[in-house]
Amino acid sequence: MKIYVPMDSAAKALGADEVAEAIRAEVEMRGLEAEIVRNGTRGMIWLEPLVEIDMDGERLAYGPISEDDVPALLDGKIEALGKVEDMPFFARQTRLTFGRCGLIDPLSLADYEVHGGLAGLRRAIAMPQDAIIDEVKLSGLRGRGGAGFPTGIKWDTVRLAKAPQKYIVCNADEGDSGTFADRMIMEGDPFTLIEGMAIAGLGCGATKGYVYTRSEYPDAVAVMRRAIEIARGAGVLGADVLGSGRAFDMEVRVGAGAYVCGEETSLLNSLEGKRGVVRAKPPLPALEGFLGRPTVVNNVISLATVPVIFAKGAEHYANFGLGRSKGTMPIQIAGNVKFGGLFETAFGMSLGELVNDIAGGTASGRPVKAVQVGGPLGAYLHPDQFDTPFGYEEFDGQKALIGHAGIVVFDDTADMLSMARFAMEFCAVESCGKCTPCRIGAVRGVETIDRIKEGDESAIPLLTDLCETMVDGSLCALGGFTPYPVMSALRHFPEDFTSQKEAAE
Amino acid sequence: MTPTQPADAGATTETIAGIISAHAHLEGPLLPMLHALQDEFGYVPAEAHAPLCKALKITAAELKGVLSFYHDFKDRPHGRHVLKICRAEACQSVGGTAMAEHLLAKLGLDWHGTTPDGALTVEPVYCLGMCACAPAAMVDETLIGRLDESRLNKALKSVGVRATGAEVSA
Ligand SMILES: Cc1cc2nc3c(=O)[nH]c(=O)nc-3n(C[C@H](O)[C@H](O)[C@H](O)COP(=O)(O)O)c2cc1C
Ligand code: SF4
Ligand code: FES
Ligand code: FES
Repeated sequence: MKIYVPMDSAAKALGADEVAEAIRAEVEMRGLEAEIVRNGTRGMIWLEPLVEIDMDGERLAYGPISEDDVPALLDGKIEALGKVEDMPFFARQTRLTFGRCGLIDPLSLADYEVHGGLAGLRRAIAMPQDAIIDEVKLSGLRGRGGAGFPTGIKWDTVRLAKAPQKYIVCNADEGDSGTFADRMIMEGDPFTLIEGMAIAGLGCGATKGYVYTRSEYPDAVAVMRRAIEIARGAGVLGADVLGSGRAFDMEVRVGAGAYVCGEETSLLNSLEGKRGVVRAKPPLPALEGFLGRPTVVNNVISLATVPVIFAKGAEHYANFGLGRSKGTMPIQIAGNVKFGGLFETAFGMSLGELVNDIAGGTASGRPVKAVQVGGPLGAYLHPDQFDTPFGYEEFDGQKALIGHAGIVVFDDTADMLSMARFAMEFCAVESCGKCTPCRIGAVRGVETIDRIKEGDESAIPLLTDLCETMVDGSLCALGGFTPYPVMSALRHFPEDFTSQKEAAE
Repeated sequence: MTPTQPADAGATTETIAGIISAHAHLEGPLLPMLHALQDEFGYVPAEAHAPLCKALKITAAELKGVLSFYHDFKDRPHGRHVLKICRAEACQSVGGTAMAEHLLAKLGLDWHGTTPDGALTVEPVYCLGMCACAPAAMVDETLIGRLDESRLNKALKSVGVRATGAEVSA
């Protein structure tokens, strides 16, 4: 008998460690033959801690399980939810990047290989560099960190750059509210990221990699560090990657609480030990990145998707999706929803289906008022826009963005003026300070919204003007995109910006 | 991560030198050094400034610039335990703002405040990656999902802090 209890930090935040300990004690007391495996999460967070019991070749799920449920669970008195693969939320997904997450012991390289791991890297080792790049180009993979830039083109720039030392930097700074895919895969299938970075290294001729992650993610840091040690011990990393005669090694670095350090040039400054101020482009990081050397900066999910592309072939991957949004996206369903968690699916599902059907509507049972997609720099969408298919261009057409694909649902108690104010406040707190429209504009934005709140409608055109200045005059997307949530709130929910005074009286 | 006051100057100097040399071989060693110093002392002691500048060949102004840029780095001791409460959007969507205000009132603290006995500091944080089980908070390195008063108190208790924010032993 094998008993799976997730060690994902969301599961732990809901009591998974206590459940695991209670199971261990109960198993010992009863003298059962059972192995307890701490897996990643399957991504159905509303069911965490989700315990799976594998008996006679059948692996059944139970959840949410509390410490107190453990005796009944082992007595067989708790009704199973069935096999995870048969549960509707899971069965409707296309799991490519997250295929192993939650299924295996994240720190067992043997499990990883049994479930298809390292096949991609072995294939890449046998390919010349330009063929590796072509494979990534053919897959249609675009950066999952937000901007959606074609990954193959970025890699090619680094490959063609001449330098004695090049780097692969994984952007694991995941600061967007409503997102947790990077964290989930680092905790649940860290070897996928390691393998993806090694393939990037081979393709671009880079021998050193860094994973830059947040200090708010101590569990992910610990799992990644341990996985890197294991991979090094097994010859997956090091001077001779899987006997290829080529080197690639990597380490984890931890940020220090600055949202802007997710911006790639700010991240590079931080990695170098400087203030995390944004750098002007050009030069592109691909040509002058970490320590002035050619550097690939890619999001965790971009890199963690590379192994499956190489294992199954670029075409297999590109056959999923919609238009120029190829493949799958791990959509993170968060906020006021019944079924929150990670839902990996081909691009193209409508926002309405995601919110009403997959997420099951609001947890509060009240009507959905707004959905913020793409983190604190993403627009608020109105239910009138629910037909929009999930894709880069489709969201752009709605003056919105998919970003890192977090969707945060709000019910009708949300006050959109407050949300707009928060967006400006967040920008003011997190601004790197390099340019005026962002540094000063965000502070003025808060003040202007406060005037609107007090009933001064003449401040509305001022806010619109200010947003235009921020869009046009900011160096990076922190100042440049904060107007997305602000203006979308104003556009779609004007009543929250006008009736304040009357409501207060 | 249990911040301690430096016991005596000699030990501090030695500890600081040890931390600096342990990270000197890294590319971009400053942040790892600052994290290690903060893990050791609970803050980045002023005694470390000169040796850091010397080892990394940077000016005092450059070091100051880095220290002030990042929210994490502290220049003086804060609470022996840190409670971070998420203020970001997903937590707001499920009543996080009201919950945070309620918990702050219970502790008698404002954001960035520390209890009189120095046991607990409360800080805002913007997303803990717990957005599917919001609202969220973190006590030292223990995460709390679906935050409410009883779940917070349980987490505080696990690190030896009472619901009032005072240390159990104090
Ligand atoms: C303020 C700001 C924050 C960002 N945060 C992140 C982040 O946390 N993770 C990330 O991958 N990209 C983030 N980005 C985007 C990066 O600058 C960059 O586009 C990305 O790392 C490139 O990787 P990709 O092509 O794989 O997406 C951010 C950008 C801005 C302007
Ligand atoms: S827009 Fe803001 S965060 Fe971006 S470079 Fe300018 S000041 Fe820095
Ligand atoms: S001080 Fe940085 S822009 Fe003036
Ligand atoms: S928004 Fe609070 S945990 Fe993500």
